[in-house]
Order: sequence, then C-alpha cells, then structure tokens
Amino acid sequence: MKKIRVLIAKLGLNGHDRGAKVVARALRDAGMEVIYTGLHQTPEQVMETAIQEDVDVIGISLLSGAHMTLFPMVQKLLKEHRIDNIMIIGGGIIPEEDSFKLKQAGIAEIFGPGTNTKDIVNFILSKVKK
Amino acid sequence: MNLAEHILNGDRKAVAKLITLVENNSPESIKQLSVLHSHCGKAHVIGVTGAPGCGKSSLIGKLTAEYRKLGKRVGIIAIDPTSPFTGGAFLGDRIRMQEHFTDKDIFIRSMGSRGSLGGIAKSTADTAKILDAFGKDIIFIETVGAGQADVEIAKIALTLLVVTMPGSGDDVQAIKAGILETGDIFVINKADIPGTEQAELYLEQMLNLTSYPAGKWKPRVMKTSASLNTGIAELVDAIQSHMEYLKKSGEIGAKLREKARVEFMALVKQNVTKYILEHVIKKGELEETIERIIKRQIDPYSAADELVERIFSE
Ligand SMILES: Nc1nc2c(ncn2[C@@H]2O[C@H](COP(=O)(O)OP(=O)(O)OP(=O)(O)O)[C@@H](O)[C@H]2O)c(=O)[nH]1
Ligand SMILES: [Mg+2]
Repeated sequence: MKKIRVLIAKLGLNGHDRGAKVVARALRDAGMEVIYTGLHQTPEQVMETAIQEDVDVIGISLLSGAHMTLFPMVQKLLKEHRIDNIMIIGGGIIPEEDSFKLKQAGIAEIFGPGTNTKDIVNFILSKVKK
Repeated sequence: MNLAEHILNGDRKAVAKLITLVENNSPESIKQLSVLHSHCGKAHVIGVTGAPGCGKSSLIGKLTAEYRKLGKRVGIIAIDPTSPFTGGAFLGDRIRMQEHFTDKDIFIRSMGSRGSLGGIAKSTADTAKILDAFGKDIIFIETVGAGQADVEIAKIALTLLVVTMPGSGDDVQAIKAGILETGDIFVINKADIPGTEQAELYLEQMLNLTSYPAGKWKPRVMKTSASLNTGIAELVDAIQSHMEYLKKSGEIGAKLREKARVEFMALVKQNVTKYILEHVIKKGELEETIERIIKRQIDPYSAADELVERIFSE
C-alpha cells in the first residue's frame, strides 16, 4: 500500500525545532511517514534528502527571516534536477505579502505559527492523491 | 520506464523510486528486481542492532565517514517503527547523518517497519539488493532496535554489529536473551561515559560462556564513542577482519547459499499459494471449508490434505 511520505526540514541557521516536531508527529498520527532531518539544513541537503527518500511533500520550517531566498533556492534546485512532482509547503513567521509572493511562485501553502495541525494534515490529504 | 536500467546507469532518482515500489508491494518491482539480480552480490551488508538510543545512527554516521576515507561507496537503510494504530512513522535516524546528505557516493533511505515484527521491514532485503546493484560497497542496515526481536537482520547481514552502552543493565539482558548467538561484533558505544569497563568485562564474560571451536569466529568486543569519534577506525578494522574470516573460512559461501535458499523457498511458497488461491480453488470453496472447520465437521489437517491431494490429482 502506498503511504504519503513527507520530509520535514528546518532551514536556516537559527531557531529551535519544537514547532517542526509537533507538525511531524501530527502527520505521523495521520498515517504518514515523516522523515525528520533536524536543524540547520541547507537547500542542497533538503533537495538530496527529498530525492533519496522519494517524498511526496517537503515541509520547510524556518524562523530566520531568510524565507525569500531559501524557498526559491529549494525550488530552483528541484527544478534543476527535473523534479516536478513534489509539493512544497512552508511554516514559520512569514509576513502576509511575502506569503502571497511565495504562493505565486509555486509554494503550495504557508502555515503561520498558530495553525492547527489538523489543517496541515487535511491540506496534504486533499492535495496528494494516492 | 525501465528503472533497473537507470539504476545501473547510476541514477539515484530511479533507486529511490524502485525502493518505493518495493515498499508498496508493486508487481512492477518484481520485474525490475529480477533484472538487477545478476548485478548484485558485491556489497558487504552490515547489520546494526541494539536498544533504542544506544547510538546506532550516530555510529553509522561515523563509520560511514571512515569508509568514505577508504574510498568506499556507502548505502544506509535505517528502519524505525511504524505505529500499529495509525500506520504512520516518525523516521528520525537521518538527524545523526547530516554530514553525508550531499555526498553523491552515499545513499540513505529511511523506512517504516510497516507491520513487520523482526526489527526490519519486509522490503529491507530487496532494498539492500537495489543498493548493491547500484554499486554501494558497504550497506548498513539499522534495525528498529527492539533488542530481542531483532532476529531477521541476522538472515540478511554478512556482519552483525550489536550495539550497547555503558550502564544499561537492561541492554545487556536483552543481549543475553538471544542475540548473543548471532552478533559478530559487540560494540560498547558512548565509551566516553562512566561504566564502560564494567560493560566490557560483563560482555567478555558472557561471550566466554560459549566455547568457540578453533578456526571459528569468536565475537569481538569493541569500544567506541560516536560523540568523540574514537574507536571508529578500530571498529572498521574489526569489521574488515570479520569479512576476511568469512572469506577464508568459506563461511561466506554457506551464508549466501542459506540466504538464497530462504529467499527462494519463500518465493515458491508465496507463488504456489497465490496460484492455488487464484486458479485452483473454486469460488466459495475456501469459505465453505473454513465454515466446516468451525462447525467441527472436519479438522483443518484433513481438510488441507484433501485440498492438496485434489489439486495434484486434477
Ligand atoms: N555521550 C555520548 N552520547 C552519544 C554517543 N553516540 C550517540 N550519543 C547520543 O545518544 C542519543 C541517541 O543517539 P542515536 O544515534 O540517535 O541512537 P539510536 O540507537 O540510533 O536511536 P534509535 O534509532 O532511536 O533507536 C543522541 O542524543 C546522541 O547524541 C556517544 O558516543 N557518546
Ligand atoms: Mg537511530
């Protein structure tokens, strides 16, 4: 049976991973396989892990404020490797207008700090067809 | 799409896709695996088992760095438990292997146990084959780490590392309970914390209770600290010695033969059963027989005999 595989990655230099872990556990409890890679990931590491783990979704969490450079870097790397079937979602403190721009550029959804994990689960379930 | 061909051409995306097909029990995976078979058999598969938290992932991370210095290409399969209630899994072994994520000569795959009870997943052996055909020289398999139940790994690993740590009495108990016979090298990891000498003494004593005939491999006890990166090169040496022993003694031939036999017999059994269920048994017959067994009109032994006799007489 096919299972939804999700990579949860924490990009950027600072921050903790409490929020990311909460999301990871919620996805696991919804029956998904969650690959968790820990803090301080670079876009290259995220891309390589996503390839080797054959994930359906990449969830990127960041607090550092570098979202307008880091998200596009991951997208660019995936594109360079001709990977077009992985959905990217984001989490963290991201201003409304940036969030809008990122979504315009192909990030599927951005979830703010107060998001109910159920919404994230449902979003993934509705987008990833198995 | 011919995944096997892509894999043999060095395409890691194809490797990842085929592993997924194997995990999902896709019939297509069988076709691809059969193509890969003739390209397998070169890798040294190393099992790493031991209680949760003893440092299996950290140790594999460090051993991998050491093998890379020797120019070896490394594959890692890390299994974590799948929740029996939700079917989900939290796969966190990669956290300890970050330095290797972007090395093109390393391939890491995390895996949920998906209902298997023996410490590895049903798809682990086939995944090891894929990495073997892909050209990995060394393949580490990290088991779920349930201790006693981790017996399946002994069937697919050529060398089995049993990891423990100082001060964990329970751990040593777990070793006592069954894996003592199958471990080739016992590793006391976290040798940077107190209690290492006691653990070493205890393990040595345990191993001395068994007598090893001359010329047979006697399990070794090694001390490592994945945190301080000590004892790692020595452990690699010990693993290499074990491989040399397997080759010199001819035991490797016996191991591979047994492995092939187990795999082949399992496949025959699976295919025969499938064929009978799909083509031979008449619709409803199975349920009818089961009904009769429940009602005690026939016993299951005779019912099975009758069925098999009928199949072969037809
Ligand atoms: N002091 C010390 N701590 C270590 C050493 N190796 C690992 N650890 C720590 O032990 C904890 C568990 O390490 P892991 O490598 O995740 O252990 P594991 O056996 O893979 O754990 P599971 O996969 O959950 O069964 C981590 O916090 C590591 O930092 C070591 O040599 N010394
Ligand atoms: Mg681990």
